[in-house]
Amino acid sequence: MWRRHRVLIGATLVGLAAIGVLPMASPSIVTLLALILAKGVVVLGIIVLLQAGQVSFGHAMFFAAGAYAVAFYGRYVGVGDMLLYLVFGAVAGGVLGLIVGLFVVRYREIFFGMLNLAFSMVLWSLLEKMFHYTNGADGIRVARPALVGLTFTPDQFSYVLLYLSFAIAVAALFAVQRYLESPLGSMLRAIKSNETRLEYLGISARRVLLVGYVTSAVLAGLGGSLVAVIQQIATPEFAYWTKSGEFVFIAILGGTGHALGAFAGAAVFEFVRFYASAQLADAWQMILGFVLIAIILLAPAGLIGIVRRRSAGERSAA
Amino acid sequence: MTKVVLSARGLVIRFGGVVAADGVDLDVQAGEHLAIIGPNGAGKTTFLNIATGYLKPQAGSVEFLGQDITAHSPRAITRLGIARAFQIPQLFLEHTVIESLLIAAASRNGRLATLRSLEDLPEREEMMQLLELVGARDAAEHKAVVLPEGRRKLVDIAMALALKPKLVLMDEPTSGVASAEKFAIMDVLVAALNAQAVTSVFVEHDMDVVQRYADRVAVWSSGKIQTVGTPREVLADPAVISQVIGI
Amino acid sequence: MNLTIVVLAALDGISYAALVFLVSVGLSLIFGVMRIVNVAHGSLYAYGAYAAATIGIAVAPISPWLTYPGLLLAAIGVGTILGGLLERFLLRLVYGRDEALQLLITFAVFMILDNLQRVIWGVQPIFAAAPLQLLPNISVLGVGYTSYQTLLLPGVAALTLIGLRYFLRHTLGGAVILAVTEDREAATAIGINPNRVFLRTFILGAILAALGGALASPTTSLLPGIGTEMIVLSFAVAATAGLGQIEGAAIAALMIGLARAFAIYTYPEFEVLVPYAIMVLVLLIRPQGLFGATRLRRI
Repeated sequence: MWRRHRVLIGATLVGLAAIGVLPMASPSIVTLLALILAKGVVVLGIIVLLQAGQVSFGHAMFFAAGAYAVAFYGRYVGVGDMLLYLVFGAVAGGVLGLIVGLFVVRYREIFFGMLNLAFSMVLWSLLEKMFHYTNGADGIRVARPALVGLTFTPDQFSYVLLYLSFAIAVAALFAVQRYLESPLGSMLRAIKSNETRLEYLGISARRVLLVGYVTSAVLAGLGGSLVAVIQQIATPEFAYWTKSGEFVFIAILGGTGHALGAFAGAAVFEFVRFYASAQLADAWQMILGFVLIAIILLAPAGLIGIVRRRSAGERSAA
Repeated sequence: MTKVVLSARGLVIRFGGVVAADGVDLDVQAGEHLAIIGPNGAGKTTFLNIATGYLKPQAGSVEFLGQDITAHSPRAITRLGIARAFQIPQLFLEHTVIESLLIAAASRNGRLATLRSLEDLPEREEMMQLLELVGARDAAEHKAVVLPEGRRKLVDIAMALALKPKLVLMDEPTSGVASAEKFAIMDVLVAALNAQAVTSVFVEHDMDVVQRYADRVAVWSSGKIQTVGTPREVLADPAVISQVIGI
Repeated sequence: MNLTIVVLAALDGISYAALVFLVSVGLSLIFGVMRIVNVAHGSLYAYGAYAAATIGIAVAPISPWLTYPGLLLAAIGVGTILGGLLERFLLRLVYGRDEALQLLITFAVFMILDNLQRVIWGVQPIFAAAPLQLLPNISVLGVGYTSYQTLLLPGVAALTLIGLRYFLRHTLGGAVILAVTEDREAATAIGINPNRVFLRTFILGAILAALGGALASPTTSLLPGIGTEMIVLSFAVAATAGLGQIEGAAIAALMIGLARAFAIYTYPEFEVLVPYAIMVLVLLIRPQGLFGATRLRRI
């Protein structure tokens, strides 16, 4: 257990140090860190699907489902508890993921990507146009919830969110890494390399993919509910195709070879965005675009790949 | 009286104008190794495709242990106990050899709902022994993508055997293998099949291999089974010699 | 629903379909030949539109009629320069790589172009309606409508369709493109340089996107999001038709254009939804699109 998970445990300790120390240097960073962790959870889901070689250009729909589950609850029921929100977000993502998944797992590659995109755009246009229920493009504001009955000041709450996001991120990270190493997770990778053989071993590739798909949708929904609370709003933009592209971007940036890539990618992405938009308000998106091109051309295995190559190099040098 | 494991009756399949099977009847008996020979493009692989559910015949039926499997999917047929090895090895290139076998074992034993690591499955030792049996134990931790063709062929067959099938269908098990190695591989393979009491059907071009390892030979030509018999009888038949062996 | 509304919706739908067709046929052509879905295709549309408006505003004081060659110049200029640079210096580096990476690199280009577009043209709406106002209005079954939208746009789309068909089926250049599409190795073996074919195809597709934008510019005010919207829409059309289908794209564009226009007059809240709902339904029933051919998985 200790040996197998030493990379994850190491990463957890580094993360713990980061969320402990960085806010001391600059309190404004608390929310940014929470956002990184929440988005990392969503990207974990993208990485799960990429194991099977499938790129979803519509995963923002599950992200939005999680966010709007929280927003609708706040709007129609009243301010709920944070834990309840998280459960709602995950369930909303999972249920939608199961419904859409039953259709899309029959398709592969570009058809898979297109169908996901189409479904997500349907959701986006509904959120945008069902003004009566959704406030349209303005979105729905999300009031600060309590956590297991405890209420906090805005300042305290930002720290609460950071620690909560961290706990969720660590749990998700371990669970996903576990899943990917399990027989079902290994079969996911087998879909990428040889689906014919998988069927000839008596395994339904569709069912294997469906499990992966629903898992990734749950993660997206969970992340979406976190982001809605962190940013105190849910808008149709959450479901737009550029958001889906952003998640895939972060996955490739971090590297799809390991679940940790999701958080490495999210950290770099959000820090670049945060500082670039502060320094060069008009150019942050361009900078991210160039970062992405550089990664694809120079380090297609992502940040995780760079770290691995380094440590492999050191080992062989020693 | 020997028991019939697989029984094809009146199979007909055409691709456009090409008739691959035009009323094929064939029985496979328990425990035997049946070779199918015939000219290139005669439809031998098509037979394997029909028997494993990948293609549906336009007429005729296939029964496996008395059950009609003509309309079954490859997956359902696999679960009934027919495994297949391919002419071009179909491997999980990104997985190591042992992982690939463990995936097969997990499928066989229905270990899908576990979060246990694939590497820690209780079938690991059994799979290592299987690799030993086909003479590829040293390749266990290698990724399939780096293996030479002959090795891939063995791993492909091992993946079929990992399912503990009752019947295995093999498409040219020795194609792509250097001729010096052919007998060595077939020795290993037939020993492994016998050790697990697996019935086999194999499509083969190499008459030396057929002569040496097949219990019976079926000659497939012009969409029909022309003859079935022992290698000694069939390979001495002048019609077979001119049609198939092409001397 | 009275006749006036039916006619209005039909005219709206047809003129809109003409624009979407131009963009989606470019997307489809590039995919058909190069197997790349160009996410930045919508940016080419936007740049075509902005370039046409910029040229139009500059030349209109001299003579408003100069805005017409301006539209063409914008389309060819943007398509050739941007398309050429993209293919030659970026896409060429990722041929044969993972599909996800190819898709993502065009997404990166989209991010850069989208940002650059805001820097160059700002976020305030730009109007350049001179070409639209020059041509007279005409009456269709008693409904007044601009002849630019009822005649010129569908005319250009039809000419493009005929021209593309002729080019692909009856010229050497087209035969070479089809050869590379069918069997790249065989085409290389008989001396065709696939890189040159890819470059030309990409430029041609890019010009079509930019032409769609240039022609759209007089009919609407230009805002930062126009390309972002157009890419998904043209994608919906191309996927509904079947990627790589040229005639199919025309029919799918008409279908989606008309359905959208009728939605605007009947259930306006479904305007945005309609194209994507059609795409979902078609893909669920026929994943290869309405006119795409099936491919059997091989062992």
